[in-house]
Amino acid sequence: MGMHAVHKILAYASGRSKVDPGEIVTAKVDIAGINDIYLTVLVSFYEMGGKKVWDSNKVVFFFDHNAPSSIIKASENQKEMRQFINEQGIANLFDINDGICHKVLPEAGLVKPGDIIVITDSHTTTHGAFGAFGTGVGSTDLAIIMMTGELWFRVPQVVEIRLEGKLKKGVMAKDIVLYLLGELGTNFAPYKVIEFTGLIVENMKLDEKMVLCNMALEMGAKSTYIQPDDSVLEYIKSRADKEFIVHETDPDFNYSGSHTFDISSLEPQVALPHGVEKIKTVREVAGTSINQVFIGSCTGGKLTDIMEASEFLKGKKIARHMRLIVTPASKEVLLESIKRGYYETLLQAGAVFTPPGCGACFGGHSGVLASKERCASTSNRNFPGRMGNKDSEVYLVSPLTAAATALSGKLTHPLLDEKN
Amino acid sequence: MSLIIKGKVILLNMDNISTDEIYPASYLNLSDPKEIAEYVLTGIDPHIHNRLLGSILVVGNNFGCGSSREQAVIGLKAAGLQAVIAGSVGRIWYRNAINLALPVLIRPEIVHEFKEDDVITINLEDSTIRKVEDGKIFLSEPISEFVLNIIRNGGIKSMMKRKYA
Repeated sequence: MGMHAVHKILAYASGRSKVDPGEIVTAKVDIAGINDIYLTVLVSFYEMGGKKVWDSNKVVFFFDHNAPSSIIKASENQKEMRQFINEQGIANLFDINDGICHKVLPEAGLVKPGDIIVITDSHTTTHGAFGAFGTGVGSTDLAIIMMTGELWFRVPQVVEIRLEGKLKKGVMAKDIVLYLLGELGTNFAPYKVIEFTGLIVENMKLDEKMVLCNMALEMGAKSTYIQPDDSVLEYIKSRADKEFIVHETDPDFNYSGSHTFDISSLEPQVALPHGVEKIKTVREVAGTSINQVFIGSCTGGKLTDIMEASEFLKGKKIARHMRLIVTPASKEVLLESIKRGYYETLLQAGAVFTPPGCGACFGGHSGVLASKERCASTSNRNFPGRMGNKDSEVYLVSPLTAAATALSGKLTHPLLDEKN
Repeated sequence: MSLIIKGKVILLNMDNISTDEIYPASYLNLSDPKEIAEYVLTGIDPHIHNRLLGSILVVGNNFGCGSSREQAVIGLKAAGLQAVIAGSVGRIWYRNAINLALPVLIRPEIVHEFKEDDVITINLEDSTIRKVEDGKIFLSEPISEFVLNIIRNGGIKSMMKRKYA
């Protein structure tokens, strides 16, 4: 039987010619990333007898969750991490001004096809959009990589999601992935890699491919894969200064499952509180009153997301008492938003911009919710208490639906007026 | 660490208990296990951590889904929880649990077989869960030798320490 591209990545990284799903391999890691909320990584590192990191160019720190720090304890943790970074001569610190790990890493040219990217953040599945094998781990696993440069993996099965058809106007990748969560559930792909294929995927912008790979995690995926095309390779080549190998799946590879969806008739979707799989069309729940709209996170804070919201809100004013919080995923996204005028358009419409980072998505700061409050969010999770008080509610939507909702103060279909 | 465990059941008959409920984000800056234990499962019940010592948690499907935060295992372990029995669990949470030698047994629908305060014994080697009251035995998915070895050694940290310190 042939091999999948991700199996070739794992085989290459573990010094073997072939790997089979189910077996355990020890693979060399290309990037080991630590987020600022996990001082526990350094605790584990020292507890296990760690002294010097295996490669100071491959261990990367991201100060993205508390950026800039809003509480003393977080500041103390960042201070301790800065000391570690200096002592160890760590080359890459993405500081409090830079943005979210999954956005800044590829921007910096540090994600390449064939790479194994491991970060202390579950949404590391995002890097499948670049043809890399990305997966999230806890603190101790990350500390083991810091010491040895390697980690054990069970070789995953690969399941294919084929997306065919033509997207209707007003429908974004976020709507597709929410729809898939509703159809396939949160336990669809445990321990598996989800590969996205089909015409819809081939025609997607990189920003949108990242949305699919990012939220595939919510279907239980260990990692994701989209075969990089010329435009993705162009993006990577323009930023990376190292050579890379683009693996391809053998024609006789057998997927553990394959699901085809024609999504030509797909409408904007929403995940209701408190589950990513509780999916309705926006039309079905339109009119639900909303206190806050959040446009941000590694899922929904990229340039495409801010552009769509900005074009929708151009020359308009958001509803009275509505809070529209925009958190760019990175400094690059912020700069480009300023350059293209989105920043001003959104401010004029009544939005507030926060510094780049994770912010309100994980209920950390810059937009946490009070009890009973409702937020329509372009982020990735709506579990109880995710964005603040445990009695608050989060509705996951696309950036376009978010913009339409900010305008009316109620959950609103972005093309309602056009009777689409 | 012993592969035979005996304890009282704490039952949370719910699916999709996420790491946001096991360990809410507002406490993520803590790194001392004793402090972390004070807030574990706070999103479900702020007092439950006082009852975890020596207990076995029985839960529904997809327990520990969500974030990679290891505090969602560190806290359970530091509060004295002995094991988790679940219909299914989130992948990263599972890895973290095994690394820290918190045994996890998986069996679909198992949450319906027990009630609060049932006394049970677990044998990790043959993957059996026995209800002491009536002697009824349930088989969980087998635990691989790779995973058993980590648990037997009291977690991956002590194994690493022996190898590298």
